Amino acid sequence: MSRKLRIATTSLAGCFGCHMSFLDIDERILTLLDLVEFDRSPITDIKRCSPCDIGLIEGGICNAENVHVLYEFRKNCKLLIAIGSCAITGGLPAQRNHLDLGSCLTEVYLTEPGLAHGHIPNDPELPLPLDKVHPLHEVVKIDYFIPGCPPSGDAIWKFLTDLIAGKTPELGHGLIKYD
Amino acid sequence: MSDTFQLDGADVTFKPGQTVMQAALAAGHYVPHLCYHPEFKPHGSCKLCTVKINGRTAASCTMPAEAGLQVESNIEELNALRRTLVQMLFAEGNHFCPSCEKSGNCVLQALGYDLEVHTAGFRHLYPDRPVDASHPDILLDFNRCVLCELCVRASSEVDGKNVFALSGRGINKHLIVNSRSGLLVDTDIALTDKAMEVCPVGVILKKRVGFSVPIGARRYDQRPISAQALDDAPRSPDASGSCAVCEGSS
Repeated sequence: MSRKLRIATTSLAGCFGCHMSFLDIDERILTLLDLVEFDRSPITDIKRCSPCDIGLIEGGICNAENVHVLYEFRKNCKLLIAIGSCAITGGLPAQRNHLDLGSCLTEVYLTEPGLAHGHIPNDPELPLPLDKVHPLHEVVKIDYFIPGCPPSGDAIWKFLTDLIAGKTPELGHGLIKYD
Repeated sequence: MSDTFQLDGADVTFKPGQTVMQAALAAGHYVPHLCYHPEFKPHGSCKLCTVKINGRTAASCTMPAEAGLQVESNIEELNALRRTLVQMLFAEGNHFCPSCEKSGNCVLQALGYDLEVHTAGFRHLYPDRPVDASHPDILLDFNRCVLCELCVRASSEVDGKNVFALSGRGINKHLIVNSRSGLLVDTDIALTDKAMEVCPVGVILKKRVGFSVPIGARRYDQRPISAQALDDAPRSPDASGSCAVCEGSS
């Protein structure tokens, strides 16, 4: 291979658990670094995505900033991979989807004891929440999905090494998990 | 004298009155299924068990076995169809596996694993389906119902109670409880009922035992459903297994 593949990663409406699981590939990350280099990622702290071969996105879409970041990744990444339950199904944040957003905010910031005299946060720097949480594939085209909450380090390793080797990634029993 | 049909090129012997599914499982050939259960009358609704018989698609759980049938099951065309059916079920309900206590013991999830379903693909409906926690020992979480009617059949055919029923049509079809209040607490369901055992997903749950077996040590964590289903099926001792997955991993 003449040049290293470039990978960007981010967490949207996620908990960074998938990134932690990514680090569970342990010392294999040194082997991976022979094959790839990291662009925008919590690992590098690069804030903007430049043209990449692979984008790994954890978490679903719950606010306006998530949408902008997802578009930035789709524009720059040749292959976009949704990683983890939240990116693929909306996951835990999407369990508010059958509720009205306004009543959720009222309940949390106005009604619940302990937040008396509170107000619904409205700082202009805060991204506006969407009325529903969406999995990534409902907003942009996603090329691959690695399910799991989080997918194991072994599953992520198998998937990425298959992909980098030019094979169709396969997980198989024991590595494919939705929980 | 028994007869034979061909399933994916192999001879399958059947007894008169058996369906294609019953004969296939008895002979050690796995055909994916969700609403079929060996102890109950076939329902034919989930279509996961669709096979091609003499070139035409049919539900193998309801199709009577006949001599000379040419049955195709484990082919990409049908597995792609099955994958889509599983994806539609995932998109239609609220199937959040990480927060479901049935995870690892769930037939829908295990089918997804076996068919390599990585995403529901479709737009999720996120329906609003309140739970019924009225009963002191049993929780009903309708969010996960796949309308297989196994609980309906078990309660009616085995328990003789008719606790459950399906109501509504099309996308509005849903599981209901047959009591005046519509609540489970007002039925005569008991923990020992057959209806308590058969839910393939996480709708009918015994309270306070959900995590007595940890995630990772559960039924389909051990072996894929294609291997487990053969164990469940009534088989003669001399029938040989033909599950490539479990033979490959043993």
